[in-house]
Amino acid sequence: MTPTRNRPPFWRDVRVLAWAFQLAVLGVVLALLLWLVDNVRSNSRELNIPTGYDYLDHPASFPIPGSQFRVTQPVRDAVAEGLLNTVRVALAGLVLATVVGVLLGIARLSGNFILRNAARVYVEVVRNVPLLGILTLAYIAIALAVLPEIQNAIELGPFGVFSNRGSAVPWFEGNGWRLSLIVVVGMIAGWFTARWRRGVADRTGKPARTGLWAFAASAVVVIVGWSLGGYTFSTPSLEGRTVTGGISMSPEFFAVLFALVVYTSSHIAEIVRGSIQAVDRGQSEAANALALSGFQRMWFIVLPQAMRTAIPPLGNQYLNLIKNSSLGAVISYFEMTKVTRTSIANSAPAVPSFLLLLVLYLALSLIVSLFVNIANRTAAVVER
Amino acid sequence: MTAVLGPVEPPPPQSRAMTWFRHNLVRSKLDAVVTVASALVVGYLLYRTVRFVLVTGRWEIVRVNLTLFLVGPYPRDDLWRPVLAVIGVAGYCGLFAGVIHARQVAVGVDEPGRPVAQRVLDLVRRLWPLLVGVAVLLGLAGTPAPWLVALGVVVAGTLGRLVGGRLPRRSLGPLILVGLVGSVVMIYVLTRPLGWDKWGGLMMNIFLAAISLALCFPLGVLLALGRRSKLPLVRWISVVYIELFRGVPLYVLLLMAGFALGFFVPQSVAPGLVARGIAIFTLFTAAYVAEIVRGGLQSLPAGQAEAARALGLSPVRVTFFVVLPQALRNVIPALVGQFISLFKDTTLAGAALGLLDLLSAADAATAQPGFRGQQLYAETAVFVMFLFWMGSITMSRESQRLETKLGVGRR
Repeated sequence: MTPTRNRPPFWRDVRVLAWAFQLAVLGVVLALLLWLVDNVRSNSRELNIPTGYDYLDHPASFPIPGSQFRVTQPVRDAVAEGLLNTVRVALAGLVLATVVGVLLGIARLSGNFILRNAARVYVEVVRNVPLLGILTLAYIAIALAVLPEIQNAIELGPFGVFSNRGSAVPWFEGNGWRLSLIVVVGMIAGWFTARWRRGVADRTGKPARTGLWAFAASAVVVIVGWSLGGYTFSTPSLEGRTVTGGISMSPEFFAVLFALVVYTSSHIAEIVRGSIQAVDRGQSEAANALALSGFQRMWFIVLPQAMRTAIPPLGNQYLNLIKNSSLGAVISYFEMTKVTRTSIANSAPAVPSFLLLLVLYLALSLIVSLFVNIANRTAAVVER
Repeated sequence: MTAVLGPVEPPPPQSRAMTWFRHNLVRSKLDAVVTVASALVVGYLLYRTVRFVLVTGRWEIVRVNLTLFLVGPYPRDDLWRPVLAVIGVAGYCGLFAGVIHARQVAVGVDEPGRPVAQRVLDLVRRLWPLLVGVAVLLGLAGTPAPWLVALGVVVAGTLGRLVGGRLPRRSLGPLILVGLVGSVVMIYVLTRPLGWDKWGGLMMNIFLAAISLALCFPLGVLLALGRRSKLPLVRWISVVYIELFRGVPLYVLLLMAGFALGFFVPQSVAPGLVARGIAIFTLFTAAYVAEIVRGGLQSLPAGQAEAARALGLSPVRVTFFVVLPQALRNVIPALVGQFISLFKDTTLAGAALGLLDLLSAADAATAQPGFRGQQLYAETAVFVMFLFWMGSITMSRESQRLETKLGVGRR
């Protein structure tokens, strides 16, 4: 008797069944996708709407406030400008939300009664209200209401103009590449300074204060280098009813940034609190036994270990922040969702526009996930 | 010769207030500075908040539009329908609590004879945010009708609780069935006067969240099982679905449902706005639920499934009777968190699809003839956020309670 005779008939063979089941699932999914694509084709043909991406080369014919974008430029440039605005608000949001969130998380565990409970109330309130409500409030009750109208703008000479039509502070004049280059040079200088300080600390035992020194060195290199290179700074000024020069911040940008930071920081605070509590108590007791100060205990002993458990959920919050920046469209901040909506209103085809938008968001999410994964791998405990 | 030391004098007693003060406010010089600084900031913010709520805030707009905020443009002659629904839900919750309590008494988790006053006090301690919210609503209303509704809710809840405690022990299954049938009947009764596209206010948000929640949960569990499946094609399809939906913003998906869904289906079957909203909320939340459930599945020791298989259970039974119940128990807090954010995200339906949800209703109120140009956005937005806070915080507190009760994290 050959072993094959012992096999069950094919309709009861688990391997055959498994593959049949999988093929059936795949078939259903493919059929669904084909049906959708076919519908898009036929519906578009019926309505005489193109399904391709030729529209990207057509003139956009809508302005983007607060940018150099001209209405005659193609839709492609408008989308790029929107992407830039998304990245701008998301990057600023990531940094600020992290700082505020970590501070709040530490404050929640503070021994100080007022600080601890203030942080708790903040977190419990903000985490339980919709982001869109915070955004509306930030735009209408803060960005548009707290700062004075443009006629009564606060002018601090060349150092700043503040009004509810926009605020500006001095910034480097000229193109971005030159600025990026000099910033990179500054960062390298900062790195070398930090190394030198660490060497000094090792030899003399004096506190290294690497962060402070490195930051100061970078700032000096950037500003002195920029001035020596003959480049100038652009200062903000008021011309009629618009703010020109400097680096400016529109009330919309401010509101989106504010809402994202407030909302995300409350979530980050809970993550940080959980991770700090997950660090073995013996670690801070040992730090106390070594007579480290409260700051030193937190900064050198507890936080680095807490970050290890905090990185994956933090990464999720970063992804949420980027995706939530799409809400800027509600208050007409021209990030990519708003640009897409506007271009559709200006006769760009809806389906390709939205698909492009989804792909752009996916790409941003993937990039952030990549960085989070790298950070996670660097921070993880090296096990045997 | 040994000298016996007399008992050491204890340090001079300090009053408890003094000890608390030293331990919580001035442990060191720096702490004292922190106390003063934070007291100033908190005091100022409190002052501004209280001033806004009691003095500068013009709450007339909320008072006048309370019905609009709660049910939107629902026909005023048919308001008995939502009222009936609320009272019905209260009665059902009471029944459910009663049955659960009877079961807990039967297995000895809860003792039967606690005094009623203590039970009520417990309930108040559990649900105080909700009660504060109801009190604010009743205070703003100023007419007797809402008081009657509240009274009806309390009576229905109490009656349900009393009846539920006397039902036979095995009535939980039939009760769930009654709940499902009841929901369908409720939706039918509510949609009689106006299709659900014309609903609005808080009712719309609750409705969107509840239906999407009920639909996304099975889909999410299926996707989680798919992602953990040994069948490669099923696994890959699940992974692609989950990652695609987790990588894009909900707001964009909703916009797409509003502007572009007409292209993806034949013109004749294009669904209404609420149906589109529910579809997107369901598909989107299912991806997140799937990831949470997957976490629960991974946290379960493999021995559980192996033991069940060794007992000769079929794969389906292993999954549904052994693995899933334990996995889901472990992720209750995360699931509730996800449902809370679903509830909050229903505000996006207003912004993206043009439905008159609570936040949009609040916006609409500021444009009414009597209030236009008065800049009352802050008042309405704060009130709306208060209602959402009330719902979300109640859910999260209940989930924490459930978590301790089920002993998550303990063996």
